[in-house]
Amino acid sequence: MFNELKTILKKNIREYGMYIALAFIMLIFTILTDGLFLSARNISNLFNQMGYIAVLAVGMTLVIVIRHIDLSVGFGSGFIGAIAAILMMRFNFPIIPTILIVFIIGIAIGLMNGFFISYIGIPAFVATLAGMMIFRGALLVSTEGTGTIIILNDKFNGIGNGYIPDIFKNENIHITTLLIGFVIILLYIFSEIRSRKNKMKYQFDVLSVKIFTLKMLLISVIIGYVFWTLASYNGMSWTFLIVLIVAFIYHIIATKTPLGRHIYAVGGNPEAAKLSGISINKITLFVFGSMGLLTALSGILYTSRFQSATPTAGTLFELDAIAAAYVGGVSASGGVGKVTNSIVGALVMASLINGMNLIGVGISYQYIIRGAVLVAAVVFDIKTRNKAS
Amino acid sequence: MSDFILEMKNITKEFPGVKALDNVNFNVERGEIHCLIGENGSGKSTLMKVLSGFFPHGNYKGNILFEGKEQKFKTIYDSEKTGIVTIYQELALSPELSIYENIFLGHEIKSGAFIDWNKTISESGKVLKKLGYTMDTSKKIKDLGVGIQQIIEIAKALSKNVKLLILDEPTSALNESDSENLLNIIKELKNHGVTSILISHKLKEVLSVADTITVLRDGEAVKTLKNDNVSEKEIIKYMVGREIEDIYPKRSSENIGEKIFEIKNWSAYDRQIGKQVVKSAQFNIKKGEIVGIAGLIGAGRTELALSMFGNPKNYLLKGELFFNGNSKKFKTTTEAINAGMAYVSEDRKGNGLILDFDIKTNITIANIMKITKGIFINENEEIIVSENYRESLRIKSHSIEQKAVNLSGGNQQKVSLAKWLFVKPKLLILDEPTRGIDVGAKFEIYTLMNRLVEEGLSIIMISSELPEILGMSDRIYVMSGGKISGELTGKEATQEKIMTMAVDY
Repeated sequence: MFNELKTILKKNIREYGMYIALAFIMLIFTILTDGLFLSARNISNLFNQMGYIAVLAVGMTLVIVIRHIDLSVGFGSGFIGAIAAILMMRFNFPIIPTILIVFIIGIAIGLMNGFFISYIGIPAFVATLAGMMIFRGALLVSTEGTGTIIILNDKFNGIGNGYIPDIFKNENIHITTLLIGFVIILLYIFSEIRSRKNKMKYQFDVLSVKIFTLKMLLISVIIGYVFWTLASYNGMSWTFLIVLIVAFIYHIIATKTPLGRHIYAVGGNPEAAKLSGISINKITLFVFGSMGLLTALSGILYTSRFQSATPTAGTLFELDAIAAAYVGGVSASGGVGKVTNSIVGALVMASLINGMNLIGVGISYQYIIRGAVLVAAVVFDIKTRNKAS
Repeated sequence: MSDFILEMKNITKEFPGVKALDNVNFNVERGEIHCLIGENGSGKSTLMKVLSGFFPHGNYKGNILFEGKEQKFKTIYDSEKTGIVTIYQELALSPELSIYENIFLGHEIKSGAFIDWNKTISESGKVLKKLGYTMDTSKKIKDLGVGIQQIIEIAKALSKNVKLLILDEPTSALNESDSENLLNIIKELKNHGVTSILISHKLKEVLSVADTITVLRDGEAVKTLKNDNVSEKEIIKYMVGREIEDIYPKRSSENIGEKIFEIKNWSAYDRQIGKQVVKSAQFNIKKGEIVGIAGLIGAGRTELALSMFGNPKNYLLKGELFFNGNSKKFKTTTEAINAGMAYVSEDRKGNGLILDFDIKTNITIANIMKITKGIFINENEEIIVSENYRESLRIKSHSIEQKAVNLSGGNQQKVSLAKWLFVKPKLLILDEPTRGIDVGAKFEIYTLMNRLVEEGLSIIMISSELPEILGMSDRIYVMSGGKISGELTGKEATQEKIMTMAVDY
């Protein structure tokens, strides 16, 4: 059994490397902060801090998979957040129409990027660099005069700061959160068993029963621990729930639908995809449109978390999202990269920031360390990729 | 005692799980042309990579003696310094640089710290003259034909003071006259004292130039023989370990029906290069027929195929196209595929397969909707479909989850075929279906083609190999300079007739 474990680790070192790194980072910070890092409050905070980058990283993964880049998402989200603030505060729009409108604006911006890149043929770097400048200016224009726009809408601010209600109203523990965690564990176990059975039906290689059980147990415990921790604080936050839903939807699109298959095909070999009857232009349009939607979502999360729209909102978000995607193992040469891994990548970067803040590392050193981790992650990825092939 | 310039002794090279070379002994005499042949995956390229230092010393077992001295190459640079130069199948020239810059790329002539351009230009002219060429060496590589590019590669090798020249499939991308030219140059080099190792699949060409032939099979050197009165059949026997009676299998029944596809006055203009690539072509094919399209490289055969197949290169089209008697205008490949067409590309790696995808995702990608229920891909169905093709086409792999990049050329071609058979076409266009694949896999592909036409499919086969065109086609069109310069029935066609039409402008 120990040997099997060793060969599995060796074979999938690339896949598991990031998780091991994450565990390592968490362990170090837990020791350095005397357990403060893993405290219920901090874990809950950590997830809320990473939300607006995580959703960007999801969209960015697909953008990089089709061999492009989107630099406009940072100030794009800042600008869209400002629009939301203006709609609510100056024009007294209720929350639901506001959200719908900014989603539509986000999609329109994304589609425009996609149109310039695919149908006109401008390199994505240039097109979205232009977008970045334009949105930066637009953000300054919209916050001109008033400066920071304070948002006085509790429901909206709740998206970035609030927690899901507990239908059981228990004083000590958030039972709804626990229930959701329990359902996720059940769904996970069920889908793992089904996929294993299926593989065995076709006589593909599967893990031995012992290792398989061990793996399921380990992951169930981790999920259980996360939800238990959240439940013992304020419960699951809206941000956390939104990130979970986005990750789930994109994971399903990427792995289970023809659309996802086409996206990865275009990234893997555009020429072959074209000859196979896949429209590269349409796929590009879709991927940038989806990036636009997630940019709007990120803008909403950020604006609501800080309960205001500021002239500098969104600064460098695009680079944080790109870094998260690369830490998560996407390949710049296209066709390779998992949405879920990018979320974990975002978690790695967010843990670093959070942990370093807790132990009081200065902001200048924080940037240096984050840069070093990014390089290390990509080096590791390249080295293990060569070994696999 | 013979005078060996190169002795490779007991070379063994293992990859994870496979023995690519098993105790190979390979000796080359000074001044000869030594041909190395074998099926794909037999270890030819691996052996040459061991020799050139691509696999550094210590990475393999065995010894290499060059001019009697033991060599331990760590890099390709080491072997080139010793005088061993390899010219790879994929040309390694920089398209935006001039001829003279390319010839001395990596070993520039310097005076002091700077490049001596005048000397570079005059030296590159001299090297080309040695090969019998006088040309303006300031031209960019991208403006030259493949045939001339190959010559530039050889000139580059000569400029490095080559003693042993290794050519890996040098003629695979060349047409007949360019190939002949190149072979003559290799013979000429022999007179200048350069020893050559030639890797090739084309037996005719091997027999016409070789002094000695070594056959590799499954990583072993099975036979080395002098080239006197050797027959093709004999070599094939060593290559495959069995005798192939007739490489072009006979069809059990001829069942040719109605016309299913036709083009009239068909012209295509390539906007990107500003050239008329197809000129008022007339062409038709019947149900259950194999129609061959012969012609030299650049005659417009692939362009014709792509212009009919939904026009992915966005040519300016003129003329009429009929499918099943109805006039059609395919604006996208999707429309052509939906109408019942399929196009198996000549360039498997470039635009045929997605190399990072596994076998099953490659097979289903062109018809993914067929196995989609609601919005989800039915993964069970996908596995069943691909397993079926893996078995029926005998795709050699450890599972359908193996990535395409790790397959041999012949198996990649089979995956490419499976992908297009899965769209259930009525008209299948095969562009150079057997390029770069070995005799055994060729035979399997021919057999498959026969089975398909017997089932009522129509096949257009574009090929540069005349024996293949003659062996397989019911009818043959010959293209030249974008025009269809002639049509022949399979029975009346001969190599001479086709070549006459192919060079007729």
